Amino acid sequence: MLTILLLIPIVTAAALFLGKGNRSWAKASALLQLGITLLVWFGYDQSKAGYQFVSQTDALFPGLDLRYSVGVDGLSLLMLLLTALVTVAAVWFSPNMPANNRAGLFDGSVLLISAGATGAFVAKDLFFFYAFHELALIPTFLLIGLWGSGERQAVAWKITIYLGVGSIILLTGLVDLFLAIPAASRSFDLQKLQEVAASHLIPAAAQVRPWLLLTVGFGILVSLFPFHSWAAPAYACAPTPVAMLHSGVLKKFGLYGMVRLAVPFLPQAFHQPVWGTWTAQDLLLAALLGNIIYVGLVTIAQRKLDYVIGYSSVMHMGYVFLGIASLNIIGLSGACLLMFSHGLSVAALFAITGAIREREGSLNFERLGGAAKSVPFLSVAFAMAAFASIGLPGFSNFASETMVFFGGFKDGATGFLKTSTVFALWGVLISAVYMLRSYKAVFLGEPTASSLKWTDLHGTARFALALLPVALLLGGFFPHYFLGFLKPTLEAALR
Amino acid sequence: METSLPWIILLSPLASAVLILLFAHRSKPLSVLLSLTAVFAAFGSTLLLFSSHSVVQTSATWIDLGPALHLTIGLKIDALTRVMLLVVTGIGALVHVYSTVYMAEDDGKARFFGSLSLFMFSMLGIVLADNLAMMFIFWELVGVSSFLLIGHWFTKPSAAKAANKAFLANRVGDFGFMSGILLVWAATGSVEFAGIQENLAKLTVNPSLLTLAGLCLFCGAVGKSAQVPLHVWLPDAMEGPTPVSALIHAATMVAAGVYMLARIFFILEPSPVALGVIAAVGAVTAVLAALMATQQDDIKRILAYSTLSQLGLMVAGIGVGAWGASMFHLFTHAFFKALLFLGSGAVIHALHHEQNIWKMGGLRRTMPKTFITFVIGTLALTGTPGLAGFFSKDAILLAAWHKSAFIFGAALFTSLLTAYYMTRLVVVAFFGEAWTPNAKHGHDCPPAMTVPLMILAVLSVISGYKFFAGSIFGEELFHSVHAAEHVSLVPILAVSVFSIGTAGAWFLYNGRSKDPVKIPLFRNKFYIDELYASLIAGTQDLLASFSSWFDHFILDGVIVRGISGLTWGVGYTLRLLQFSNLQGYAFLFGTGVVILFYMLIK
Repeated sequence: MLTILLLIPIVTAAALFLGKGNRSWAKASALLQLGITLLVWFGYDQSKAGYQFVSQTDALFPGLDLRYSVGVDGLSLLMLLLTALVTVAAVWFSPNMPANNRAGLFDGSVLLISAGATGAFVAKDLFFFYAFHELALIPTFLLIGLWGSGERQAVAWKITIYLGVGSIILLTGLVDLFLAIPAASRSFDLQKLQEVAASHLIPAAAQVRPWLLLTVGFGILVSLFPFHSWAAPAYACAPTPVAMLHSGVLKKFGLYGMVRLAVPFLPQAFHQPVWGTWTAQDLLLAALLGNIIYVGLVTIAQRKLDYVIGYSSVMHMGYVFLGIASLNIIGLSGACLLMFSHGLSVAALFAITGAIREREGSLNFERLGGAAKSVPFLSVAFAMAAFASIGLPGFSNFASETMVFFGGFKDGATGFLKTSTVFALWGVLISAVYMLRSYKAVFLGEPTASSLKWTDLHGTARFALALLPVALLLGGFFPHYFLGFLKPTLEAALR
Repeated sequence: METSLPWIILLSPLASAVLILLFAHRSKPLSVLLSLTAVFAAFGSTLLLFSSHSVVQTSATWIDLGPALHLTIGLKIDALTRVMLLVVTGIGALVHVYSTVYMAEDDGKARFFGSLSLFMFSMLGIVLADNLAMMFIFWELVGVSSFLLIGHWFTKPSAAKAANKAFLANRVGDFGFMSGILLVWAATGSVEFAGIQENLAKLTVNPSLLTLAGLCLFCGAVGKSAQVPLHVWLPDAMEGPTPVSALIHAATMVAAGVYMLARIFFILEPSPVALGVIAAVGAVTAVLAALMATQQDDIKRILAYSTLSQLGLMVAGIGVGAWGASMFHLFTHAFFKALLFLGSGAVIHALHHEQNIWKMGGLRRTMPKTFITFVIGTLALTGTPGLAGFFSKDAILLAAWHKSAFIFGAALFTSLLTAYYMTRLVVVAFFGEAWTPNAKHGHDCPPAMTVPLMILAVLSVISGYKFFAGSIFGEELFHSVHAAEHVSLVPILAVSVFSIGTAGAWFLYNGRSKDPVKIPLFRNKFYIDELYASLIAGTQDLLASFSSWFDHFILDGVIVRGISGLTWGVGYTLRLLQFSNLQGYAFLFGTGVVILFYMLIK
């Protein structure tokens, strides 16, 4: 089942690359992907922990427990749902282009990003987990380099270096982690590794180096401060579906990796001193406060909608890291639900940003205003996504952030963790400042002459966009339901 | 039945809001019908709840992480809840009816009623909450519905700005509120009112921690109830349609801070420091806002500052320990202040959106029904003996008398100013001659607007008496209203300041067409808005621009160049080989995989 899920976008992409089919093939593929994801979702047995829907080949190399192997647990399932939802919206919000080979290349590449992300989330094998993510990055670079706006070459080059270096550090970290496990217990199988992790075979002191490598490697991919400066320009320059898929889905890979690997294998590293009296947790907290407070302020200073959304997405990564850093079930649950929630809200915001770029050409706040008059649907959708992203109750971002905050105050929390949590609470105000300012700049006030001529979103695109806030509302009203999937997985990770 | 009633009350406005958003956003009559049905369903269910005086509790799970964290949407009906429910749904119903006419010509009528339903849902959630986390959820939701309603006429830049200002000022308070919730939870392990109370009795909690928690929670009230220094949003919120000002920014939402403080009084009680701060903030707000009110010309702004001032009085009442008296004043104030706002709305409606009192005049002849009800509201607010405000203010004054001379003095001075600025308003707008041609065309509004005025006028008289208030508060709660020992001097003082204020304003303003008193400091609201504007522009934006510059030139420059330097060899090779990005990336990827295999197999 999961292999089919993986093959749908790959096969469709291949057909599109070969010049067969058109945009509607991509749409069909995305819907099929969503359909199968929902089948897996409802077929998953919440009462059992561990991987389900497992299928695997024999070991690929003699003497090495490496194989193509896929399966889902509660966490990967949630990420799959995120991937499928954002993919549908991304395909629908792909810019119109003349029907030729290049259009096929565009749509196919978009589907490949989705396939790579799906692969990374269903991979039950460490090697494929890494490789699928790398695979997804290639079409990302391609799309930015060929179809980006502004200085697309420079931006594409910059993120290639950035993410390339990040990937290599990550790879080194993975190898280091692998080698830190006693030889007899080594395996590439994530399920077996989970059992290894539960028996705590790595001595505390030996956990620090792989922890640092993994955190920096994943951190670069997730734009953890101070490795964040690639993100906003890249999203501003990227074509709409790429910005949606990367910020919404692919970026979550790094966080997913932290929860999958750093938390279960290297929990003691968090409390080991790394630099003077600073523990690894302290360093992580300092970095994530950089995301929340410093990048938050940077966001306030932006005067273009795409940059505001881009920086805001960097900022909100700080909250996910805060949940991870608290290293308890409350914070971790919040972090994982927030990955899902943030992915949906930022994808919706980038979709609408793209729609505005198509209508206006400029995203400068000075040139926009009063658009709620002519495009009420976009206006309501933007308001919902914006309010979700600033943590308004009713949306799942709020439920997630609440858990992150409670996790930061759970007994056993260090003074610095609690202080960071209070700073993070202040960050909620910062995000309200820039989001409301953006909403006002684009949709409220005196309508500009050109905004009065905009046409509202119509047809099926409305449904594609509406999927995202509806999912956010479901998560906000019934977080309990989603936590049912996450809880067993995360409890196992914290064992 | 008993446990389903609270859910009906809570969820019927939500259902209305959702249905309007999805299906009725183009249909004015349908949206009105949905919204009215919901509010009357909530009002009717509230009345049914009064048939018994038992405590009802029911809950649904929201977040459940086993013993680590369990948050619920829990509804609890006790005497305090009943009072608030009646205020919210009762005045809510009247305002809904009134709005059907007031907003009749508005293009966004359906949106208005949808937002109004969303507000009712949020406000009722605060009232029904049995725990702090749920209260916070709805606390934020009233913030957003208030944002939507203040910004109802969103193409007006001033309305859009006021909406943002209100939301952000509230978020500053909510930052404290959430911190307080976390502190309380960390100290007692619970967020439920009952659980906290129980655990506080069992555990020994560090008193200074409890003081800090109490003050943090109080921050939430400072934001929502617009106390100094976060009061600046409420006057600007008058950009919203007048029925909204009556319901949200006078009678219910802004009073939520006081209600919350009454609910958590057991957390505040052990801390004299927290109570002292609360009393001082309330007293300062009461006096400052009353001073500002004396020099405003916009009818709604005068009422807005008056609301600030009265809320200050209620908060001060909490600070002197008289939470029952504060709730009583909240109760009576809701009626007469809603009446005054709806009355001003009738004037504004009749005079084609004129809000300047100096462009009115002589309205007592052309708008008799509005005039009489407005005067009743004014008399109730200023503390005329026999009307509602007199009794409830008296309860707070008495409590303050026993506790602190400073608070008592401030409250008394506030009463003097209240009588003064309200008389000024009535004299200028309703007496004298019509100062502009526009004012000559005043006329009473249709019954859907005047009948709510009359009902509220009756309530403004009777809601202070025991036969009425006592039956709503219930025996036990009403007893706590009059906990303070009676001192005859207090009402005598109250009546004398009332007479001085009223008479002073009457003699100063009767027959005048221009303001004879000019105090720029009061007129300009002590320049606090200007101070904030420059502070925000001066610090936050500067900081933001600096961070942005730093990010762009230093971090980006140094780090990216640093990394480029590190990978110079790679980059140089790539450029030599004329690799494109894709090939460069494939090269890095390939190298990585080779290294991996080498390390594994060696």
